[in-house]
Amino acid sequence: MITVNGDKAAWSPGMSVQDVLRARNFKFPLLVIKVDGALVQPRDYAATPVPDGAVVEVIHLMSGG
Amino acid sequence: MSHPESSTPIVRCEVDFTQRTEYHHGMEAIKAAHKLLAEATFTPTLPDKGYTNRTLYVNVGTREIMEKPVTQQMKDIFLGGRGFGLWHLWNAVTPATRWNDPANEIIISPGPVSGTTQYAGSGKSLVVTLSPQTDIPIDSNVGGYFGPLLKFSGFDALELQGKADQDVILFIDGQKGVIRIEAAPLEPVDSHVLAEVLTRMYAEDDADRVNISVVSTGAGADHSLIGMLNFSWWDHRRGCVRLKQAGRGGIGTVFRDKRIRALVCRGPVVKGGLNNPADPETIARTGIKFHKEMRANDDSQCKMRRNGTAHIVEIMDAYDLLPTHNFQYGSHPDTHRIASPVWQARCTQETVDGCWYGCSMACAKGADGLVLKTGPYKGHTVTVDGPEYENAAGLGSNSGVFDPDDLLELNFYCDTYGICTITWGTLTAFVMECYQRGILNLERTGGLDLTWGNAAADLEMMHQMARGEGFGLIAGQGIHKMKAIFEARGWGDPKLMADIGMECKGLEYSQYMSKESLAQQGGYALTNKGPQHDEAWLIFMDMVNKQLPTFEDKAEALYYFPLFRTWFGLNGFCKLPWNDVVPSDNASTSEPAKVPEHVQNYVDVFSATTGIRIDKDELIHQSAKVYNFQRIFNIRMGKGTRSFDIPPYRSVGPVTREEYESRAERYDKQMMEEIGVDPAGRTTDEKIAITRDHRMKRYNSLVDAVYLRRGWTPDGVPTLARIQELGLDAFPEVVEIVKNHGG
Repeated sequence: MITVNGDKAAWSPGMSVQDVLRARNFKFPLLVIKVDGALVQPRDYAATPVPDGAVVEVIHLMSGG
Repeated sequence: MSHPESSTPIVRCEVDFTQRTEYHHGMEAIKAAHKLLAEATFTPTLPDKGYTNRTLYVNVGTREIMEKPVTQQMKDIFLGGRGFGLWHLWNAVTPATRWNDPANEIIISPGPVSGTTQYAGSGKSLVVTLSPQTDIPIDSNVGGYFGPLLKFSGFDALELQGKADQDVILFIDGQKGVIRIEAAPLEPVDSHVLAEVLTRMYAEDDADRVNISVVSTGAGADHSLIGMLNFSWWDHRRGCVRLKQAGRGGIGTVFRDKRIRALVCRGPVVKGGLNNPADPETIARTGIKFHKEMRANDDSQCKMRRNGTAHIVEIMDAYDLLPTHNFQYGSHPDTHRIASPVWQARCTQETVDGCWYGCSMACAKGADGLVLKTGPYKGHTVTVDGPEYENAAGLGSNSGVFDPDDLLELNFYCDTYGICTITWGTLTAFVMECYQRGILNLERTGGLDLTWGNAAADLEMMHQMARGEGFGLIAGQGIHKMKAIFEARGWGDPKLMADIGMECKGLEYSQYMSKESLAQQGGYALTNKGPQHDEAWLIFMDMVNKQLPTFEDKAEALYYFPLFRTWFGLNGFCKLPWNDVVPSDNASTSEPAKVPEHVQNYVDVFSATTGIRIDKDELIHQSAKVYNFQRIFNIRMGKGTRSFDIPPYRSVGPVTREEYESRAERYDKQMMEEIGVDPAGRTTDEKIAITRDHRMKRYNSLVDAVYLRRGWTPDGVPTLARIQELGLDAFPEVVEIVKNHGG
């Protein structure tokens, strides 16, 4: 299991940050993502692994009218 | 799935953006019918450090035209823009004044920074009046050239008071120093025609058109309480006028009640530095930094230059936040038909769309080549401004309309008739739900089949309103008054209508679902003017990020963000460049949601314009003066206390069985985990009642926390200590109001 924004979520071997975003349907482009407190750059979403038990913060900024 | 690194190619629109129906034939006859009613001269002056230090007062009833000085106290406490508007209005009206009294004013003020051409989004004006919908002050932030041209002609604000005995145009010539009130008996009524005619009429040659801005409304404002004002600018690439809207609260209705047909300002040729800022180098440096950021990051972030604010349609749908069928649901299978790729293809990309000079965000998209299918302009080819997100959601999903051309036609007629797209979207969603639930039927609507998604009936209701007839006339009164009309006629259950009528303080909600964000429920209902998202948009922070777990956390957000965003309207800034693009290193800052580098940009641009050194804390303090003054103004007008901050339940939780059952898993889980009640074996009605009781108690706890943080009493009145801290005790009537209400 992992924790995503305080919610428990299923973990699978080889899971990346991009997989987490896909699983949660997080489509917003202005994100600040940290895995166990470490900042992940947008270019690294696909390549950054999410280990079992990780705490993932996906902070959505604001936009719109 | 789209992620920041995956930039997509621009989809090109095939329409010739220079082709449209033109309306200037017969202009000479229209002009010849003008009759001069009053004239005054003035000395055009440019601002000094953002201020011209005088305002213009015009009474269209008595035809008095007068200059007034801007005092140091005005600048110290009210700053400009919305602050100046509220101060002038406060002095013009009494607690007994209503929107259609001659004493009511419309005030347009651009703010000290407005007109800056080096920093994006610095050309806004604020419009303030007593609202026909809410009976309290309304403020609306609008683009277009009028405000900056007014200031560069020599005035920090324009006050309009009185009622004319015939249709008039106010012309301010900032090049020649002449102000005229002219009778205008033959003018066209609707904005897209009127603005084009007047731009051509008052420009001295083709090149002069960019120096003209027209403020107008349309036929809808004559027959409704939801009229808005269109502020024009000349789009020299397209060769037509474009319109931006001061939309909320019925300002256009007040405008027509005064029998003002239009305001026309002819300003000087715009160039950088007309504000005569204290430190032009800092403004230039800050502006260039932002332009580079925009160029580097926009394509991988919000794509504002391609899509404008409509970029969030599909995002709102993905997070169950897109209002659908009168805010019952947050998503719809047909959303892809009105999503941003559709608008990117439909809006012209070969030109730059900025509603003021120098805006590198340039999000004022235009959909060209729309051939109208209905109404008085049937068959005409027009350019539609937008659709912005609010239009796509309000005129689209919230009413079940998913055909892009239908949506554009609704958008066009709202604009040219001079009615607020947000308000029309929300009120149409309400009447469509009333139709769904049998509160309305074919007989009661006079034959309008207001089933979800029936765009033809939606358009016909709007045309009826513009003609002043039929059910459209009732719709144009807005939800608050419609509920009373329906109840008086014995149509429907008043409690149900109170729950599903998405208005608070008399103003319709804008287009976001707040059911799953307690902070946003407060972000809407605790606003000064009514439920508009321009004070606080906290849904992601609260619902998705879980950054606001306690009442105190939410209260802090509902303290900071409304004050921060108020400041844009005091200065003439647009909100969008604040957080619709962010610096590349924003994620590594301590508070990324606030976009600290951009906050510092605003501090720097303000300080460099006015010569008044501030920091980010002083920025909040400046806003707090005006924000609390507006709250006290509401109290002065008989509202503004706790009982007026109660939202319709639809914005808090599920009203109907269908709503609950559509998200039963979510609500049942919350019942078990948050309320501590096992939903097993309970009927849907029982579960709705349990959820409602819990959510309303929670809302009231939020209100307690917010009032405490804002320095207000439990009834929502600013305390004497708070107004002393803000310097508002300089005004004896403010002190008296606060004391009389337990502050």
